[in-house]
Amino acid sequence: MREYVTELSKYGIAALMVIHTFCSFLALYEKVGKGRLVYGIQNFLMFCIQLLMFTDLALMNKELEYVFYYVFVQVLLLAVTVMVPIVYEKTDRLLLNNMCMLLGIGLCIISRLSFQKAVRQYIIVMISLAVSLFIPLILAKVRFLKKLTWAYGGVGLVLLSIVLIMGEVTRGSNLSFSVGGVTFQPSEFVKLIFIFFLAGALWDNTSFARVALTAVIAGLHVIVLVVSKDLGSALIFFVGYVFMVFAATRNYLYLLAGALGGSAAAYGAYRIFAHVQNRVIAWQNPWDYMDSVRGYAITQSLFAIGSGSWFGMGLSKGNPTAIPVVEADFIFSSLCEELGVVFGICVILATVACFLAMMKLAARIRDRFYQLIVYGAGIMYIFQSFLTIGGGTKLIPLTGVTLPFISYGGSSVMTTMMMFFIVQGIYIRLQQEGEKRHVRKTKEGQGNVSKRRTPKEKDY
Amino acid sequence: MSAREEPQKKKTTKKTDARRLDNKPEIIVTSVFFVAVFLVLIVHLGYFTATSEQDMINNSYNSRQKILLSRNYRGTIYSRDGEVLAETVLDQEQNESRSYPFAELFAHIVGYSTQGRMGVEALANYYLINTSTSLSNKAANDVAGVKNPGDDVYTTLDVQIQEVADSQLDIYKGAAVVTEVSTGKILAMVSHPDFDPNEIGEIWDSLLESETSSVLLNRATQGQYPPGSTFKIITALEYIRENPETYGQYSFQCGGNFQTGGSRINCYHGTSHGQLDFVHSFAKSCNSSFANIGMGLDREKFAETLEDLLFDRPLPLPLNYTKSSVLVSEDMTLDDMLQTSIGQGKTQISPMHLNMITSAIANNGVLMKPYVVDRVENDAGKVVKSFEPEEYGRLISESEAEILQELMTAVVEGGTARKLSGLSYTAAGKTGSAEYNNVKGDSHAWFTGYAPAENPEVCVTVIMEGAGSGGDYAVPIARRIFDAYFNEKNASGEPEG
Repeated sequence: MREYVTELSKYGIAALMVIHTFCSFLALYEKVGKGRLVYGIQNFLMFCIQLLMFTDLALMNKELEYVFYYVFVQVLLLAVTVMVPIVYEKTDRLLLNNMCMLLGIGLCIISRLSFQKAVRQYIIVMISLAVSLFIPLILAKVRFLKKLTWAYGGVGLVLLSIVLIMGEVTRGSNLSFSVGGVTFQPSEFVKLIFIFFLAGALWDNTSFARVALTAVIAGLHVIVLVVSKDLGSALIFFVGYVFMVFAATRNYLYLLAGALGGSAAAYGAYRIFAHVQNRVIAWQNPWDYMDSVRGYAITQSLFAIGSGSWFGMGLSKGNPTAIPVVEADFIFSSLCEELGVVFGICVILATVACFLAMMKLAARIRDRFYQLIVYGAGIMYIFQSFLTIGGGTKLIPLTGVTLPFISYGGSSVMTTMMMFFIVQGIYIRLQQEGEKRHVRKTKEGQGNVSKRRTPKEKDY
Repeated sequence: MSAREEPQKKKTTKKTDARRLDNKPEIIVTSVFFVAVFLVLIVHLGYFTATSEQDMINNSYNSRQKILLSRNYRGTIYSRDGEVLAETVLDQEQNESRSYPFAELFAHIVGYSTQGRMGVEALANYYLINTSTSLSNKAANDVAGVKNPGDDVYTTLDVQIQEVADSQLDIYKGAAVVTEVSTGKILAMVSHPDFDPNEIGEIWDSLLESETSSVLLNRATQGQYPPGSTFKIITALEYIRENPETYGQYSFQCGGNFQTGGSRINCYHGTSHGQLDFVHSFAKSCNSSFANIGMGLDREKFAETLEDLLFDRPLPLPLNYTKSSVLVSEDMTLDDMLQTSIGQGKTQISPMHLNMITSAIANNGVLMKPYVVDRVENDAGKVVKSFEPEEYGRLISESEAEILQELMTAVVEGGTARKLSGLSYTAAGKTGSAEYNNVKGDSHAWFTGYAPAENPEVCVTVIMEGAGSGGDYAVPIARRIFDAYFNEKNASGEPEG
């Protein structure tokens, strides 16, 4: 009986996930996205997948704790999928559904790797949700966000520097510090502040002098991160900066300059830092360093993906814990190992769907400040996903960043969730203000469409 | 904004949405860029998955092998007619052990699986440790708490031919390779000295210690020998390539040795062969004549021909092997060139590589990839995967192959392999007596050839270390192997007709 269930559910999970992914891309179309049916289907699929995954885990491990954990996770997911659209009527359901899907997968996979960590992660997700749920409310009320530009820059730099100076060393990098037993990784939160900084600095002024000034401050962020040996975050900040400048100025030369400057800086880092060289060497020829520290992680990650193949070995039937720091940096590999590469590709596509949804949203916002924030959030999110998945599959050298929503790590999941709810908040605010204006304008009898689209006018 | 999204204004919505994007080229560019990047990522991941699964599972650093072995019994390895070559047996306490019923006979080619892996045990490891048994069996085994049966591997190996090759090599160190010309199937592969894989655990340390005899080395694929006169096949090929119209008019007066510019090449045992044309130079294996031929060859073109024949290049061979090496270049000395032409000097070849070249000649120039795993079946006998003969490509042209076939037929009819003439089948080949040190008479006995000469079916390559001349020692062994092949064929053919 157990074998029947676990063998068949493997294919069931992959099939349901494929349909879920298909629905996501369908919902990106204006027509389908307007209806509610597609989102309902997605929610149904998500709960089916959760049921299958946890049935496997419970059967394989024969532990009652998985049943309790399952119930807790379902309550959480149900609360988010049902309550958020009720509290905020104008929520973007596509973003919300994909966030829940990825969160659910993450909580399940982490519980398979370490039950203790899964419980911690669950609590952090709850706290993150509690905090994030207020963000749309705050965004709708607060009016002075645009004016804090230089404060954002300053606070971000100070936070990163504090970590550098007094942070504890984790995995060869100064990434985190502890306050009262809780470990923070400020570079995650600084990402948010950094987006606000750039949006504030560039929304009303894209002169060369202004770009140069932001370059200095952004450069300082990156340098502090590189010195802290947090290469992944340094890259994310850098790429986020280049793309946001490009979006603000619409000048392709900045993209080119970013590409050239980035390459030069990468080469410089390669020449100067031994740990960068090690990563590159292990990437070029991992099989020569299988049993040394250099190549061990990446080869174990490739073993996991290769052994899992298209449909995976089945939950709890593989050996993902052979990969070092699997629950954070290599969670994608463990997912491919036990749930299969088909499932893994769907997770990649779900990430891309989130990104495209954010880009679509950004395109609809007239206010440059909020547009840049949504755009920047999208870039940070997608690029971080690329770094971790590309690193684990040996497309690019390892950088050691987490997979948003899925990886174990409180700071990571909290930041990404806040980022998503900031995007949601901006989207909700956009629609509410549009409604108000519509009411106002109909009252005043100024429903002239062409006039409303003049560039000078602030749309909301 | 929302005014445009009112249901009654749907058409306007569409247009304005499109225009919104037109106004935001930077967002389109960014979206397209990242979608492209992720497509590359997905293709990369898909390609890795499609091509690397077996390599990943087979890698000894991958701990998942142990997981599979804890769930499945290792499958059985069979000969081509279904005799067990390796199986996992259980004792009364349900302890597993690997049993090899033929003991030493298949030591190298079937190999072992406990001290690292070798041979078919390594090659087919992925299939042996995976199971394709039915879901209902898996469920029943799960309930009963027993392991699933791993998949079984059927090889192309023929027990009778392997036995003959093994007994004929007898106490000599050396190797024998038997392949099917039209398919590349490996029918037999023997390497001496051998060992009993049943006792690999106990004898392992002593095998590693005795470096001089290198028992674990599969001499057929990993042994490196001077090719001796068998290399004249290649020198002859190069001469034909460079003189396609006139090679038939070649003539040479052999006085037992050849001297030029201070270099001297002797014929085997100083034999004086007298007046020779091209065919007889080859058939009698006249060193002096081939040194004469070698002196006139274009070294650059010769190097290209050697590359065509996979010297210094990877072989399309699934087993562990050592690359053959040869040195032909513009700046080599005349003496080296003369030595190379007759298969001495710095040239080294594995018996398997020589067998592949011979087999390609017999197959009119096309090399079939050698293979030893024929198919994989689950415990119910259902074929999970079957391997078909595969062409590697053309090594030499059809007309070149035809000329070389004629030369090799002449070797049997009136040359150094006369011991293969006058039998119920015809054969063709080339002998070699490769000198491996400066003591006169110390030579490895080589034979490589195929039968029947007019319609080649089976290709045999034999080397006996330090035995003497190829014609006296290696040819009789090849003959016994050919006999075994045709006897078996006739025996199995009788009931049908």
